[in-house]
Amino acid sequence: MTAQVETGSSPQAPAEQSLAARLQRFVGRPSRPPVSAADPVNQPMIRHWCDAIGDGNPVYTDLQAAGASRHRGLVAPPTMLQVWNMPGLRPVPPLPGEDQLGELMGILDQAGYTAIVATNCEQEYARYLRPGDLLTATSMIEAISEEKRTALGSGYFINLHETYTDQRGEVVGTMMLRVLKFRPNERAESSPPAAPSRRPRPVVNDDNRFFWEGVDRGELLIQRCTGCGRLRHPPRPTCPHCRSFEWDAVRASGRGSVYSYVISHHPPVPPFSYPHVVGLIELEEGTRLVSNVIDIDPAEVRIGMPVEVCFIAVDDELVLPQFRPTSGGRER
Amino acid sequence: MADAVRPPLRFDEVHVGDTLPELAVEITPTLIVSAALASRDFQDVHHDVSLARQHGMPDIFMNILATNGFVGRFITDWAGPDALIRRVSVRLGAPNFPGDTMRMTGTVTATELQDGEGMVGVEVRGANRLGDHVVASVSVSLPAGR
Repeated sequence: MTAQVETGSSPQAPAEQSLAARLQRFVGRPSRPPVSAADPVNQPMIRHWCDAIGDGNPVYTDLQAAGASRHRGLVAPPTMLQVWNMPGLRPVPPLPGEDQLGELMGILDQAGYTAIVATNCEQEYARYLRPGDLLTATSMIEAISEEKRTALGSGYFINLHETYTDQRGEVVGTMMLRVLKFRPNERAESSPPAAPSRRPRPVVNDDNRFFWEGVDRGELLIQRCTGCGRLRHPPRPTCPHCRSFEWDAVRASGRGSVYSYVISHHPPVPPFSYPHVVGLIELEEGTRLVSNVIDIDPAEVRIGMPVEVCFIAVDDELVLPQFRPTSGGRER
Repeated sequence: MADAVRPPLRFDEVHVGDTLPELAVEITPTLIVSAALASRDFQDVHHDVSLARQHGMPDIFMNILATNGFVGRFITDWAGPDALIRRVSVRLGAPNFPGDTMRMTGTVTATELQDGEGMVGVEVRGANRLGDHVVASVSVSLPAGR
């Protein structure tokens, strides 16, 4: 199979052309010229692979057992399909104009979509490969998605389609590799020399200002409806029970228990240390708030465990209410 | 790891809902590096910790070709030497970092006789402590008839 898509001289992209339109021009183009394997499918490479993967299937390495099997001879592990045409440690740089995938990635890099991750890989095997088979890999840019929002960041999914042919020109397998080329989410990368990052600041507004001012004084306050007297948290303008807009605040005892919790291991986000416990704390007054459970091995945290508030200055400017196991070890 | 070879599995022995023997893969730097090199994948994030960190990763991590390899091995560890893998489709998730364990589980989701060939569909999951490293769908042909 040769690349049948003639790209011609790509017209200079006018500045006004949208990124999406510039990307779509690459669909259907060969991502690079066909690559012939440097070496045929061979026993030493198969053995390295089986050693590394711990694959003991005898049809890959044991001549006798392979001959007695349905394969009637030694074969390569099918999932090695991609291995034979890998570029190796010193790849030959493609000629300018022939590296369509490189051009596509360059456009995305310049537009800020600098990160890449593979999300899917689909391989189909027309037949098992045998030592001596010599493969050629032909690659095409099969599809480019619209811009998608993902957990990693906003970006484009790119489907690359590889066709593998043998020394007779027959297709032995295909592969679809889907990659996401994305603009990484705003988050402090864990590069050591970066300025030390600080805990996120609470967003203080007219509804919750009393709470944070209380925290600054070392008081844990709970909003109370002066219409019906019920407590509520987090702070909001209207009582969910009687719809009154009138409220004041009462000081909590600071005692409560762990209503629920999660232990956060990943992904690491500065300046937090890991693992740490995010707890939903039920105060003895009845309201619940999200905080951290500190001064305890995360593995020891239990639902129902009694805790008490403490006020921790996490940096020069910010004090947060946190919870630690009740001193004196009062168990219920 | 690869000790007793099971007798080759036959199509009529397999039923939808069957589960495959679990495989726990200890992820070590040696495993990650040897699998990357055995697959001729020399990307730095699969063998060089300091460069992996420059890319924002906490450590080196397993490459995709190795993940495919483990999915293939997981199938033939169960099905034996007469299994013919026809298709492997993987969805990639949480990276496999050193110090973790990938626990592989699998369930038969389809069995169909096609032109005398016993085609079996298997869903495979490889989970580590961060979540699913891989969720794969595999089509494998098992000997049928006679």
